[in-house]
Amino acid sequence: MQRRWLILGLIAVLAVSAAATWNLVHTVKKASTPPPVAIGGPFNLVDHNAGPVTDADFRGRYLLVFFGYTYCPDVCPKAMQTIGVALDQLGKDAAKIRPLFISVDPERDTPEVLKSFVKNFHPSLTGLTGSPRQVQAAAKAYRVYYGKVKEDGGAKDEYLMNHSAGLYLMGADGKFITMFSHNTTPEDLAAKIRKYL
Amino acid sequence: MKKATLLIAAIAVASLFPAARSFAAGDTKAGNITISAPWARATFAKAKTAAAYMTLNNSGDKADTLIGVKSAIAQKTGIHRTTMENGIMKMGAVGSIEVPAGGMAMLKPGGHHVMFMGLVQPLKEGANFPLTLVFAKASEVTVTVQILKPGAMGGAAMRHQH
Ligand SMILES: [Cu+2]
Repeated sequence: MQRRWLILGLIAVLAVSAAATWNLVHTVKKASTPPPVAIGGPFNLVDHNAGPVTDADFRGRYLLVFFGYTYCPDVCPKAMQTIGVALDQLGKDAAKIRPLFISVDPERDTPEVLKSFVKNFHPSLTGLTGSPRQVQAAAKAYRVYYGKVKEDGGAKDEYLMNHSAGLYLMGADGKFITMFSHNTTPEDLAAKIRKYL
Repeated sequence: MKKATLLIAAIAVASLFPAARSFAAGDTKAGNITISAPWARATFAKAKTAAAYMTLNNSGDKADTLIGVKSAIAQKTGIHRTTMENGIMKMGAVGSIEVPAGGMAMLKPGGHHVMFMGLVQPLKEGANFPLTLVFAKASEVTVTVQILKPGAMGGAAMRHQH
């Protein structure tokens, strides 16, 4: 009799702890999915031909958006080259996509500098800059962080930038689709983009 | 007459492999350190910066350190490193790069690089420039950096490594 109660008790304890574990796993799983913050949104910027542009000007085309600065000779050109090669691999489908390089360094990245930069990578690559406030608004919409870093003893215009380095794929409706690492290979990027077209 | 034809043929054959030639010539030794295939991307016309990459091999049984870089192509030449932290890219000066005993250190896009700030003139594809490396143990050495296309990833240079 006593033994039976013991077994029942044991079963009860097991059941409760199993439920608790399941709950815990479930909660942890829920917590690790990112909160649904909207990435992207309206922007008012200036393109590399010094003309004003807004996000609405690109409706109907997928956007591949990267925030960077041309003073960076290391990863930014590599990311642009990745985009250029991926677009070449997409063939005719590349016409559906507009790659955008948005400068987080508007003080040095004038339209003229951007024009000289973008033409090295792909004919459809568009460089965007603007007033510091316009750039700040665009970066905020894309949840992009950026900040100046000055080297000791460097000249006033010799700073570097820390910046988010994701590559955003936006739909033809301007809405966020997905994000890629700047490290993605051109082949991978082309294959992944193709799935969304 | 026959000799001349042979010579012309030899030159013609040699010119078929310009890349192999230049990359073989790109290996430089300084003491126990071998510097392989230094390269840089060509820069856009208005660029103020550039970066150079290479592989350093140490055949010695003691670690050595790259402690300095010097060039005439920019106002400032330094050892830099790009790192990623929580999706944020950071680039900054580092004092040195260690080359472990019997091991190697790679300078490559997204990692360690030689950084040129205040370029005197843009780097043109196909050209090259001298770069002096200062090691703690091996002697100071000057290497020739090949300028590849603006979007080069270093793949071509890597394939020709010896
Ligand atoms: Cu750098």
